[in-house]
Amino acid sequence: MPKFHLTLTVNGEPRELLIDPRRTLLDVLRNNLDLRGAHRGCDSGDCGACTVLLDGLPVTSCLLLAADCDGMDVLTVEGVLPSPPARGVGGEGELHPVQRALVEKGGIQCGFCTPGVVMAAIALLNDNPRPTEEEVRLGLAGNLCRCTGYKKIVEAVMSAAEA
Amino acid sequence: MSAVIGQRLPKLDAPDKATGRAVYGHDVRLPGMLHGRILYSQHPRARVVGVDASRAAKLAGVKAIVTAADNPATKFGYGKDNTPLKGDLVRSLRDEVAAVAAVDADIAEEALELIHVEYEPLEAVLDAEAALKADAPLVHPERGTNLFTQYDYSHGDPAKTGEAGSQVIVEDDFELPYVAHAAMETSVVVASFDHRGHLTLYSTTQIPFLLQRDLAEALGLDGSDIRIIQTAIGGAFGRGLDIYPFEPIAALLARKSGKPVRVSFSRYEEFLAAPVRQPAKVRIRAGAKRDGTLTFRDVYALLDIGAYVSWGSVTPLVMMETTASLYRVPRVRFRADCVYTNNPITGAVRGYGNPQSTFFVETAMDRLAEALGLDPIEFRVRNANRPNEDTPQGLKITSCGLKECLEAVAARADKGTEGTQGTEGTRDYGSFRQFPQVPLFPKKRGIGFASTLNVGGGARIYRSDGCGATVKVDDFGHVSLITGSTEIGQGSETVLAQIVAEVLGVKIEDVTVLNSDTDVKPWDVGVHASRTTFIAGNAAHLAAMDARRQIFETASELLKAPPEKLVAGDGRIFVRADGNQQSATPRGRFAVSNHHSVDLAKVARARHFREGGKVIIGEGWYDPPTSLVDKETYKGNISATYGFGAQMAEVEVDTETGKVRVLRLVCANDVGRAINPMAVEGQIEGGVQMGLGYALTEELIVKDGRVLNPDFLDYRLFTAADMPEIETIIVETDDPQGPFGAKGVGEMGGTPTAAAIANAIYDAVGVRLTTVPMTPERVLKGLMELKETKEMAA
Repeated sequence: MPKFHLTLTVNGEPRELLIDPRRTLLDVLRNNLDLRGAHRGCDSGDCGACTVLLDGLPVTSCLLLAADCDGMDVLTVEGVLPSPPARGVGGEGELHPVQRALVEKGGIQCGFCTPGVVMAAIALLNDNPRPTEEEVRLGLAGNLCRCTGYKKIVEAVMSAAEA
Repeated sequence: MSAVIGQRLPKLDAPDKATGRAVYGHDVRLPGMLHGRILYSQHPRARVVGVDASRAAKLAGVKAIVTAADNPATKFGYGKDNTPLKGDLVRSLRDEVAAVAAVDADIAEEALELIHVEYEPLEAVLDAEAALKADAPLVHPERGTNLFTQYDYSHGDPAKTGEAGSQVIVEDDFELPYVAHAAMETSVVVASFDHRGHLTLYSTTQIPFLLQRDLAEALGLDGSDIRIIQTAIGGAFGRGLDIYPFEPIAALLARKSGKPVRVSFSRYEEFLAAPVRQPAKVRIRAGAKRDGTLTFRDVYALLDIGAYVSWGSVTPLVMMETTASLYRVPRVRFRADCVYTNNPITGAVRGYGNPQSTFFVETAMDRLAEALGLDPIEFRVRNANRPNEDTPQGLKITSCGLKECLEAVAARADKGTEGTQGTEGTRDYGSFRQFPQVPLFPKKRGIGFASTLNVGGGARIYRSDGCGATVKVDDFGHVSLITGSTEIGQGSETVLAQIVAEVLGVKIEDVTVLNSDTDVKPWDVGVHASRTTFIAGNAAHLAAMDARRQIFETASELLKAPPEKLVAGDGRIFVRADGNQQSATPRGRFAVSNHHSVDLAKVARARHFREGGKVIIGEGWYDPPTSLVDKETYKGNISATYGFGAQMAEVEVDTETGKVRVLRLVCANDVGRAINPMAVEGQIEGGVQMGLGYALTEELIVKDGRVLNPDFLDYRLFTAADMPEIETIIVETDDPQGPFGAKGVGEMGGTPTAAAIANAIYDAVGVRLTTVPMTPERVLKGLMELKETKEMAA
């Protein structure tokens, strides 16, 4: 099968690669670009664990053909963090406010949904910096979590908005 | 107040998880790793005439194909009835017939399509009742029956004196569905052999040490040749409590290809091939005296365990415990039959029989209260378990806050205020109706209650319920806890670090927890039965105390003070002032001066930088003072302590559509002592999400042995937008045996939820549902039947 020449900006860096045109954006991120923060939970757009920002908008990367993202800007959970955290819990200033709030408010248990939640929450707050609780709940309705019951995730996003 | 115990500390692994750094099973990539895919049966029951994989073998990129011919001679699993791949007979649609390892997942998938399997379909047994008929086809013909096991427990005499001594008796039939774990991470394993033929398995198992043994059996290897490394685990909820065929299949493929092999499930495959909660049909009879004292309970449960035995067949033990020991019941009989069918294999799911049994027991409690004209809370409190009282089943209840939990949720029930007890909501029907203020189909509100009893101090299911721990202090004063227990997201790592930090007087940041490698960590039975805080916590506490003894021995020399006068805190060892026997954190309570204290790191160095020196390594092993249940009577004290809880649900039922909306859930739980209240709340809130799904939306629909809704669009989990307001009340009873008074909480959150919601629905509209999930269709059907009954009566 002829390869597709894909050009992407990923986490601020220009990337060029030859891919199988059948690959999804999630496949390319995880397997070609070694970015495994976006998780594969369902491959059908139902769980939201693979959420990334495409030109600033949240998308389930398992549903998008990578070729359709040619020339676009992708932000993954790895790109949210400016520098590695210090040893221990949440080094000062090194986590994005959404990430820090999720850590501190107990919004993370198994953590498999977390990267998707982080990206969905960042997109939500970019769009609506002072959301109501109802708006946060609706904004995260596409991100399934089996561990937390969502309460602490919602509290974390609300507190990140206030920060 | 302690600086560590009782604090809302964030999980130690949370920053890595928030930044995408945590390495899950699906993230593992080994050099030369192949992708394994499994071919499943096309029929719920069939004779396999032949498997022809010759075309698949010729496909470029295919490195190994395994079929039943590659199986070792032994069978594995709880019932010793399973093999990695199935040969002559397939017994369910999730039976593995062949598997392929290829250089990428696409080639592996293509290869599966090239494998030709010829079947001769046979009549299948797809219902537990049908399976018990004399002429039913046999799932495992060599057994001669489809009945795998029976339970028959009793205390007192419910049939005679129980019934005779009752002024009210209620009876109901329940039908309980298949439920999936629906962990966000699907099943995954990576198997790799080294040059010695030793197997390393990267796994999300909950039972690393038992899996070693089970795999050895399944593969014909020695257990000592198997190393299990647990990756970050993306949810487990009981799924990882047994060996399942995909694990030995990955190893067989790895051995045959000579390369590491990963088998990872798609979500579809997860719904199809992972174990599920067993469906059951249950009849309960229960009675009480006019004064509100319980007289008896009599339960029969028929469980469909599927085509192979896993932990699904042991859940009656927990159903039995709830039936016999939730509230004080003088006479109880509990019988259960576990039956093979050609349906999906069933395993352990969080709560393990308890959400089911709490649903039927607490429904009966509500009906008794109503029949007696008693307040549901008053009735429950009157019969509540009490501290330091053995149950007739032999449970030695020590700390018990059930009464406090019931009273706490009752206080939040706001009974009689706006919106409860069948109050009609408002609905605008437009001006065309003659009397718009009287809606035709009002929304009605109601409240309901349920309690729960759970093991809280381990559960002796195996001969050992133990856990080992080692605490090491390095030259820089940094502490490593090496524990046998497993972190599955629940936060055990953090809670155990808190326990060790408290004993050694260091900050939690100074503790690293190592818990993921069977070559490193000491034995543990596994992460199940809400046991980790209690059992692994006690083990870590013992190891930390042992390390502290060694630290004090050396510090005693350095400080020229006897060890019994020393106290650890702020990363230092202090000499306690005379007359002060308190042992809490020293700052502010003792004269703190460097002349009277020494840095922990200095103690560690001083202990080994000398001739004849030693390193600080504390050891702990904790196995609780409990017993296996008696094989004949099923009596015995299975857990060192028990957790209790109560929930209050407030619902709104739309009488037009039958839709139930939960407005509020108040959860009170006796956790002994909350070592980390934020983590306790997280366990309860997460349990509630599962309990809500069990109550209202989650059902794996299985027809003719086939799962009809294998995706999240049709298998509905509660989302952030669906969740009601949850209020969590922590009741502390300071358990005498728990580490710092703590007992287990992991499974309690979701156990009483379905029962509380069912009772609230009844309170709202008078419909008594005995099937979950309580879907709009079922509620509406109940409303229609109620209307017919009323019209007939009129």
